[in-house]
Amino acid sequence: MQRRSFLKGTLAGGTVAVAMGAGLLSPRQVLAAWPESAFTAKSVNDAMGGLFGTADNTPSNKIQIKAPDIAENGAVVPVSVTTSLAATSIAIVAEKNGQPLAANFELSGSAKGDVATRIKMGKTSDVIAVVKSGGKLFTARKNVKVTIGGCGG
Amino acid sequence: MANSIRIRAKASAGEATVKALITHPMETGLRKDKKTGDKIPAHYITEVKGEHNGKTVVVAQWGPAVSKNPYIAFVFAGAKPGDSVKLSWVDNQGKSDTAEAKIK
Repeated sequence: MQRRSFLKGTLAGGTVAVAMGAGLLSPRQVLAAWPESAFTAKSVNDAMGGLFGTADNTPSNKIQIKAPDIAENGAVVPVSVTTSLAATSIAIVAEKNGQPLAANFELSGSAKGDVATRIKMGKTSDVIAVVKSGGKLFTARKNVKVTIGGCGG
Repeated sequence: MANSIRIRAKASAGEATVKALITHPMETGLRKDKKTGDKIPAHYITEVKGEHNGKTVVVAQWGPAVSKNPYIAFVFAGAKPGDSVKLSWVDNQGKSDTAEAKIK
């Protein structure tokens, strides 16, 4: 009898633990979607690999990057990427930043290939737009001269 | 962190342009406090989600290289004035905020 109640107790305890585990997991799964390896990557190829699983890409003239030729303040460099490709995601990469990947936009459904944000740039470098379309990667580059770096300080 | 988002959405010819400004320090974790020499802990937005009438259209994953008080803009089709656009963000310290606007 005692043994039975003991078993019952552990079983109930086990269920609670599982439920708690599931509860703890759900917010973590949201975070897990954030590709940490891509953002901490030190090179453009590693960043692309971490994000898309491959660094193979084709330069495309169907991607337009709007960014200043000379950014006086590297802490705020407005970058917008427009593409006529059917994009499922658009990544913005600053080639010579310590961690090149700045942002990735996952587009779903009715979203158009047209995104903008502002990024920090450590020094003069190319800004690379990586567009994923039909499972392939397409890129475009634009050089931005930075007179005052935006990292550190 | 209420009202950290300023959002505006405008429709023309069925396409909506959403522009938003978020108030956030976006610390990289590499900067040092000038007085004490201690590193300022990283504090940046990792994910921004844009929804149209409850349907996700854009999920932006950000690293610390996005500027302080970030700006985000995106465009989507199938929108008409009066539709709702919702924007929410989550940062690496688990903070979050949401704002909603009607498309003009």
